[in-house]
Amino acid sequence: MSTNKPLLKVDNAGIRFGGLKAVSEVNLELLKGELVGLIGPNGAGKTTFFNLLTGVYVPTEGSILLDGEKLNGMAPHKITKKGISRTFQNIRLFNDLSVLDNVKIAYHTQAKHSIVSSILRLPSHFAGEREMEEKAIDFLKIFNLDDVLYEQAKNLPYGQQRRLEIARALAAGPKLLLLDEPAAGMNPQETEELMNLIALIREKFDLTILLIEHDMNLVMGVCERIYVLDHGQLIAQGTPVEIRNNPKVIEAYLGEEVS
Amino acid sequence: MKSMKHVKGFWLSIVLAIIFSVVIQFLITGGTLNSFYVNTLFSIGINIILAVSLHLIIGITGQFSIGHAGFLAVGAYASAIITMKLALPFPLALLVGGIAAAFAGLVIGIPTLRLRGDYLAIATLGFGEIMKIVFLNIDYVGGASGMTVSHLTTWPWLMACVLITIVVIINFTNSTHGRACLSIRENEIAADAMGINTTYYKVMAFVIGAFFAGVAGALHAHNFYIIQPANFGFLKSFDILILVVLGGLGSMSGSVIAAILLTIISTFLSNYPEVRMLIYSLVLIVMMLFRPQGLMGTKEFTDLLKIGKGAKGGSQDVNKQTIA
Amino acid sequence: MFPIPFRKGVAFMEQLIQQLVNGISLGSIYALIALGYTMVYGIVKLINFAHGDVFMVGAFIGFYSITVMDLGIFPALLVSMAACALFGVLIERIAYKPLRNATRIAALITAIGVSLFIEYGTIYIRGAQPEAYPDGIVPLKSIDLFGVSISGQSLLILGVAIVLMILLQYIVHKTKIGKAMRAVSHDQDAARLMGINVDNTISATFAIGSALAGAAGVVFGIYYTKIEPLMGIIPGLKAFVAAVLGGIGIIPGAMVGGLLLGVIEALVSAAGFSLWRDGVAFVVLIVILIFRPAGLFGKNVREKV
Repeated sequence: MSTNKPLLKVDNAGIRFGGLKAVSEVNLELLKGELVGLIGPNGAGKTTFFNLLTGVYVPTEGSILLDGEKLNGMAPHKITKKGISRTFQNIRLFNDLSVLDNVKIAYHTQAKHSIVSSILRLPSHFAGEREMEEKAIDFLKIFNLDDVLYEQAKNLPYGQQRRLEIARALAAGPKLLLLDEPAAGMNPQETEELMNLIALIREKFDLTILLIEHDMNLVMGVCERIYVLDHGQLIAQGTPVEIRNNPKVIEAYLGEEVS
Repeated sequence: MKSMKHVKGFWLSIVLAIIFSVVIQFLITGGTLNSFYVNTLFSIGINIILAVSLHLIIGITGQFSIGHAGFLAVGAYASAIITMKLALPFPLALLVGGIAAAFAGLVIGIPTLRLRGDYLAIATLGFGEIMKIVFLNIDYVGGASGMTVSHLTTWPWLMACVLITIVVIINFTNSTHGRACLSIRENEIAADAMGINTTYYKVMAFVIGAFFAGVAGALHAHNFYIIQPANFGFLKSFDILILVVLGGLGSMSGSVIAAILLTIISTFLSNYPEVRMLIYSLVLIVMMLFRPQGLMGTKEFTDLLKIGKGAKGGSQDVNKQTIA
Repeated sequence: MFPIPFRKGVAFMEQLIQQLVNGISLGSIYALIALGYTMVYGIVKLINFAHGDVFMVGAFIGFYSITVMDLGIFPALLVSMAACALFGVLIERIAYKPLRNATRIAALITAIGVSLFIEYGTIYIRGAQPEAYPDGIVPLKSIDLFGVSISGQSLLILGVAIVLMILLQYIVHKTKIGKAMRAVSHDQDAARLMGINVDNTISATFAIGSALAGAAGVVFGIYYTKIEPLMGIIPGLKAFVAAVLGGIGIIPGAMVGGLLLGVIEALVSAAGFSLWRDGVAFVVLIVILIFRPAGLFGKNVREKV
């Protein structure tokens, strides 16, 4: 499944806020089709690293390459168009909008009809809108959300909100999907279902996935490779077995639960 | 299916509005309506345009702009220059008023729309004040004493502008472009992460809103015989703001209804300006305390026409957690 | 709006210094108002639009204290400060407190509503006509400094501003309530967990900020003589600009921002653009928001993602 050219290449990337180095000297490579975990104790800089990848923060050092193209300093919406999309640790749905509209918004970048055609209601507007609607409904079927199409996102139960957020991120058409603690707040059964879903979409959409997770068991179960971040630096990488036995990782997690 | 219903209700409203305006036109030419009623109707029309244009900026895109009177002023002065100084026809003045205001919206929008919430509010308020001061200092347009303007605003022109404003803003809102604006209101960071060029759409909403405020300014200038910088201060901006807030942030029908209601109320209170402002301010406060979503919430008039919403969706599915 | 004395025939340097003195006097008033804005913003993240109107109410209370109750300047100042403190707390408790968990837009709209309510309530009660502070109530004589005369009013403004700012620094840094204020502005929830009464602390912040605005109102009246019910709007907005200029939420920032804005305005007048003076503040605002949104003294903080 994987080719030898990395999809994502992070070279010595880091960011400082004032004097504080939040993330530094991170080297990371993702091959096409891989499912890789990023773990680390609270405050290790995992989400900050996601923010670097998605352009929310601009790296103060190093470089980030997607398919060989440099992403440093690119605006977040441009990076999304290049093929990285994400979910958020604290769910960020468009709460007052319907489930359907949440997904349609992710299709916006693919819309071909212009503002003028919409205002004048030209045929291209109707064709474009119809195509988006059909695509979005078909898409939501995969996530079993097609029976709540017109429900406001905020009224969905928690598990469905998580699923909708993943669906929305996928609708944006990414090559690389970043999931920030997707199982946070879920019970074991929901977590297992989520993992099945992740496996499914990876297969179906030919995706590369980078997953932040706190739950070690979960990461160990599904990820092929794992990177460990502590105090803003990578302290280890390898297969789940290697990570499990790495003394540095055990030390970093000391006091926290290690399986 | 849902959108079809919307579409039907929408065209029904437009047809009703056209019938209404033709009837009013006959009443005006027939002399049945006295000038008090005619003036009130004209004010209502102008206020509807202002409310709907600000609704696009605040209600849909979520950008809290409180300098709308600045665009009104630009439109009023630009159009007055066209008709009074250059002696060009009124329709051109309407267009120029809108374009001048849209340009002002672009110039002020690009730098300020990077700001969030409160800062944007103050910056737009400051912009409105700057516009007022600029007109105060330009002798060409009469400085503090202002310009006298011929009465050229007629009922057909006014109604045409009102309808065009409403149609354009509804069509914009109910499209992928409108949804892009809504997503900014809902969660700007997520919108950005979904590939929405948030700056572009914020500026776009601002420019479209400013355009129609400029058109309203042209209608205003050619309706009230005189324009003075003092008429376009922040109090005027607040007058427009309250329409949008009272109607319900996010509901265009609400803005229209609020514009009609408040214009009528303020016409009756025109001899007691301080009572009017007291009532306005209390409405703002009480509204925010007890019904922050406004009269209509985010609902539209056409939503209310739908009777017996089907028992589909959502709440019953709580237990259903199977994943594809 | 505020005439700045401009004497002809004086050497350029003297004029410049004269304008600087005028600017500093005006700037001190901005600074006193800006402090209230910045403190309230720092603690509840709300632009208290009604703050400029508290300043207006302070000016009127000072006026009535002097003319009706026959008080001297300093007692009038104290009465006005005390009354404004109470007024500020009242505003906070009635209008803002119920909205503490509401959206920012709702809070901002309420603040605008409160502002209009105070303005037109005042007009409704006593009419829109202006009042003039009586002459010759300042016990200080003007002094000459390098050939520039500094009026007793200017000295009074400066004196009052300096004393109040020192007092404020003392309260914020050396007293228990000041410590509570700093804690709440840093992290409300953590402060509550540490046993700080957050509601009282917020009220105290409004009280102190409003008292400063009241004092500003009285010295404004003494300096510019004329007061009227809508007088608070423009100085209020400009003081907010001053607060942003210095870095909102930062007390020394508000002081410096206020003085700087006053001086900038005076210099613009001196350069012959006095009609544009009211616009300058907003140009400053837009420029600072674009290039340094955190203000001169602020640190850039991004929303947590």
